[in-house]
This record gives sequence, structure tokens and C-alpha cells, in this order.
Amino acid sequence: MTVGLTHFLVVSTLLFSMGLYAIITRKNAILVLMGIELILNSANINFVAFSRFGNFGYSGHLVALFVIVLAAAEAAIALAIVLNIYKNMSTVNVDEIDNLRD
Amino acid sequence: MNYYDIIFYLFAAVTLLSALMVVTNRNIVHSAFYLLFTFFGVAGLYVLLAADFIAIVQLIVYVGGILILLLFGVMLTNKITNVEIKTGTINLVPAVIGIGLFAGALLASVINAPWKINIAEKTFPTTKILGTLLIQEYLLIFELLGIILLIALIGAASIARK
Repeated sequence: MTVGLTHFLVVSTLLFSMGLYAIITRKNAILVLMGIELILNSANINFVAFSRFGNFGYSGHLVALFVIVLAAAEAAIALAIVLNIYKNMSTVNVDEIDNLRD
Repeated sequence: MNYYDIIFYLFAAVTLLSALMVVTNRNIVHSAFYLLFTFFGVAGLYVLLAADFIAIVQLIVYVGGILILLLFGVMLTNKITNVEIKTGTINLVPAVIGIGLFAGALLASVINAPWKINIAEKTFPTTKILGTLLIQEYLLIFELLGIILLIALIGAASIARK
């Protein structure tokens, strides 16, 4: 079986599942961010794969480019927030940051 | 089994195995370094999809920017000297069951879907086409992204130095 669209979609599906797994199970906020990066990467693979195998022109490439730019902005903001959380609570474990709970 | 297939399986294996190490490794710094291999593997997949410019941007932005940022985050929020770099997990059993079901359903639908394959003609390099699209059809989005990036970086700097 020669490599086609389905192979790339399977890779991106597995990458998405692992990113989701990281978001749900990891305690450390930075590892949750890594899970988000994995999910964004899997979405990008899908965009570029459909652009290649569907003959939709190059819009898929551009959307992938925009996603990469937004991921950079998101990583910068999220790390700034995580640093502030660490400064205020001296922990970045997402299960211990529950000050708003009654 | 030609060279394209062999290289695809190589990059897919690198991507998925290192992603698995990222999500299961208990050491945060090891996770960050395995993420490097995941990003490299994804860049290789972009090259196989005839997206040379995206592959280079992936290498520059993800490996050169986001990964370094994440490593700085790890270093600034953990006591390296106290060897408290290990991290725990929560919700392990429901996550494994739920994501197993989710991934199985997604894989079944992706594999069984009747995709209409209509392979685009390869054109190298893609930079000229992308540049033309970027300043013609997608000009507004391009400018907006520039503004968003500027605002995000100013915001990040002002949040972090408070």
C-alpha cells in the first residue's frame, strides 16, 4: 500500500490524541502547553495534507502558516501567565491552583 | 515500497514515538527535548507533502522559538537544584479509556472515509506562490496577524515583568 492521504491523516490523528492525553493527564502547566503544541501541529499536518491531495491550491499552506504564527503568540502569552502563577503560588501544578474554589 | 514510503514511515515513527515520550515521560526537561524530535519529524512530513516553506517555518518558529520558550518556562518555574523536576499525573484511567475510544472512532472514520484524491502538481519552490497569495488574497489576514503578534508580545512582556 503506497503512502497516500490516509497515512498522513492517521499520523495527525495519533498526534492529536497524544496531545489531548497530555492536556488531560499532566499536572505541570508547561506540559499542558506542550500538549497544545502537539494538537496545533496535528491540525497543521491535516491542512497541508488536504492542500496536497485535494488540489485546493495553496490556501492550506497559508492557514498552516497562520496557525504557526498564532501558536508562537499563544506560547509567549501562556508562559507569561504561567510565570506569574508561579510567582504568586510557587507552584505550576494545575490541580493545586484552586483558590477560587469554595 | 519506494524511497518516498520508507522516508515517510521513518518520519512518522520519529514523530509518533517522540510524541509518546513527551506525553509519558516523568521528567519535564526530557519531555521538552523529545518535543524537539517531534517538531523535526513534523517538518519532515511537511517536506514529503511538498510544503518546503512551511517546513522551514516550522523549524525556525517551533524549534528555534517555541521550544526555547518552553525550556525557559521549565527552568524558571522549577527548582533545578532541588531535583523537583519530576511531575505527576492526574485522571490517568479515565483519560486512557476516553482517549482510546476517541482515537479509535477518529481513526476508523479517517480510514474508512471515501476521500477524493486529486493530487496537486508539485511546484518547487512554493515561496513565490505563497508570497503572492499573502500580499493579494490574504493581505488583510496577514496585516491582522502582524498586529496580533505585536500586541501578544507586548502583552506577554508586560504580564511577565509585573
